[in-house]
Amino acid sequence: MLADLTLVAQIAVKSSVAVLLAGLGEVLAERSGVFNLGQEGMMLAGALFGFAAGAATGDPFLALGAAMLAGVLLAGLHALFVVGLCADQVLSGLAVALLGGGITAFLGRGWISRPGLRLGTWDVPLLSKIPALGEVFFRQPPLAYAAYALLPLVCWLLSRTRAGLCIRAVGENAQAADAAGAPVRLVRTLCVLAGGAFSGLAGAYLSLSYTPGWKDGMTAGQGFIAIAMVLFATWRPWRLAAGAILFGGLSALQFYFQVAGLDLAPIWVLRVLPYVLTLAVLVAANVLGPLKRLARAPGDLGRPFFRE
Amino acid sequence: MIRLVPRHGGAVRSGLWGLGLALCLALVSGAAAFALLGADWVQAYAAMAAGALGSAQGRMDVLIKAAPLIFTGLAVALCCRLKAWNIGAEGQFVFGAVGVALAGLRLFPGGGAWLLPACLAGGAALGALWAAIPALLKTRCGVNEILSTLLLNYVAVIFMEHLYFGPWRDPAGFGFPGTAELPEAAWLPLWPGTRLHLGLALALACAVLLWLALERTRFGFQCRVLGQNPEAARYAGFNVDRLTLTAFLFSGALAGLAGACEVLGVQHRLQEGLASGVGFDGVIVAFLARLHPLGVPAAALFLAAILVGGDQLQTALGLPGAVVRILEAALLFGVLAGDWLAARRLVVTRAEAGHAG
Repeated sequence: MLADLTLVAQIAVKSSVAVLLAGLGEVLAERSGVFNLGQEGMMLAGALFGFAAGAATGDPFLALGAAMLAGVLLAGLHALFVVGLCADQVLSGLAVALLGGGITAFLGRGWISRPGLRLGTWDVPLLSKIPALGEVFFRQPPLAYAAYALLPLVCWLLSRTRAGLCIRAVGENAQAADAAGAPVRLVRTLCVLAGGAFSGLAGAYLSLSYTPGWKDGMTAGQGFIAIAMVLFATWRPWRLAAGAILFGGLSALQFYFQVAGLDLAPIWVLRVLPYVLTLAVLVAANVLGPLKRLARAPGDLGRPFFRE
Repeated sequence: MIRLVPRHGGAVRSGLWGLGLALCLALVSGAAAFALLGADWVQAYAAMAAGALGSAQGRMDVLIKAAPLIFTGLAVALCCRLKAWNIGAEGQFVFGAVGVALAGLRLFPGGGAWLLPACLAGGAALGALWAAIPALLKTRCGVNEILSTLLLNYVAVIFMEHLYFGPWRDPAGFGFPGTAELPEAAWLPLWPGTRLHLGLALALACAVLLWLALERTRFGFQCRVLGQNPEAARYAGFNVDRLTLTAFLFSGALAGLAGACEVLGVQHRLQEGLASGVGFDGVIVAFLARLHPLGVPAAALFLAAILVGGDQLQTALGLPGAVVRILEAALLFGVLAGDWLAARRLVVTRAEAGHAG
């Protein structure tokens, strides 16, 4: 029983990484006032380019670099439109999502079900020997450690640094921040680009570690789920981790039921669970009192900035 | 020195001007995408044009393909009038198809003259029902409708797959994933001698009806006020929640009709590949049409030509079908950039004079 539990917990942590990484990117972008629906496309681009670069060179750092670059390029397009041209953020985000899906389906033809670089589980020395806990937290792919190391970093950046203050000010009230001398457009652009890098990493995690290999549309909506989790987390990175773990736990249970052959629920119910429960989580965030009190979006989220 | 400065006034003219710019930009960026991806863009565009417009069969395909796009375009445009996003037309389309199968295969398998209307009603009803979920979540719980409609798309598609892989699978289908064929009494009548079904006429009728509803009824007036100024709508005592719910119900019914017509007119059963991105297509159609119901059919025909031409790319040049997704993204980006450019004018000044401005 304990062995099963630790297995499920280990898979839960493993399954939460992509949502956490993409979510951290979305937190940065949304805290600066830019809604980024294009995560799904950026993740796909990261997944394909990370996988292709890894397969071609065998170098994990090059692979991750390529994935981040792919995400950043698509994010640059989003930034150009929403920051530069003050375009509608939802439409631009959808266009980026479409573009990412189209480009990867086009370029990914030759890479489908090919072997490539794998970033498998890496046991942390000593720590992984701790019973149960070690297995859950310290027998994970390297990017999982990276994601959970980035989490406090993003927290620190947002809440403890001058740059973070600037990001939050720009997201809350761009006009006021501008009057106070903050470079609004630059801050937003950088935040969107950073979000793209995070999404690229999230995609690479999927194609190098979680389900190694390239498959069309392999993100299966995780980019959108990450955005939903950011709303659930009320734009706070720590809570985002809770949301990601929740999502990971559901995926793990689904996996466990399938492997164990438990006939608790039909397969299709298990398949829709992540989406339905993400919705349920969104409802909870909006209805439950203690969550609701904190749920306030950045004041200028979704509003383009231009000087009068 | 050449500068772009904001232009004031002339909304209608700049709207059309922006549309023209949008199409040009989309064409150019599509060509750039082809070139970047290593395809000959001249050849690609030529193959697309030939595929969509060069033959009677191609033109017929465009008309057939346009019907669901008109419906989903109207569905998106209606919600956008209220400044609400319905990106879930795909899910509502799927439930429209499920509604048809429910009515035609489960409830009334016997057939009869009223089977077709029953199927259409079933499709519209289930589409509306599926759209009611995000609408209620938005009005009752304040859940962002962009995310809820997006997430519900996945749920709808998985649910439909479950139906035709599982309980509704055709027992005589040799394990082929799909439901049994609908009885012929339920099929939409065809234009004599062609494959064109009545769905296109229905879609056009819906476009006119929606235009009348938005322009000539109290509901349409309230929608417009709510979209332009929610505060004013509340102050005027409009029931904002009910208005939102009504709009989403109609929107879902339209998307559901799209799915219903696709099943009743073309596929005649639920099967793989029924709904591939019709929701996003609807968004593109709606914005190409400037959210105007009477513009939607034209925009839908245009996008249908691109989609049919894109199929031709697969057979003629061996390019994957996903290329049309890139072109669709180029169209959306074109719309956004076109609007920006249309709101500006070119001013040529001498370099010294630039300092004064």
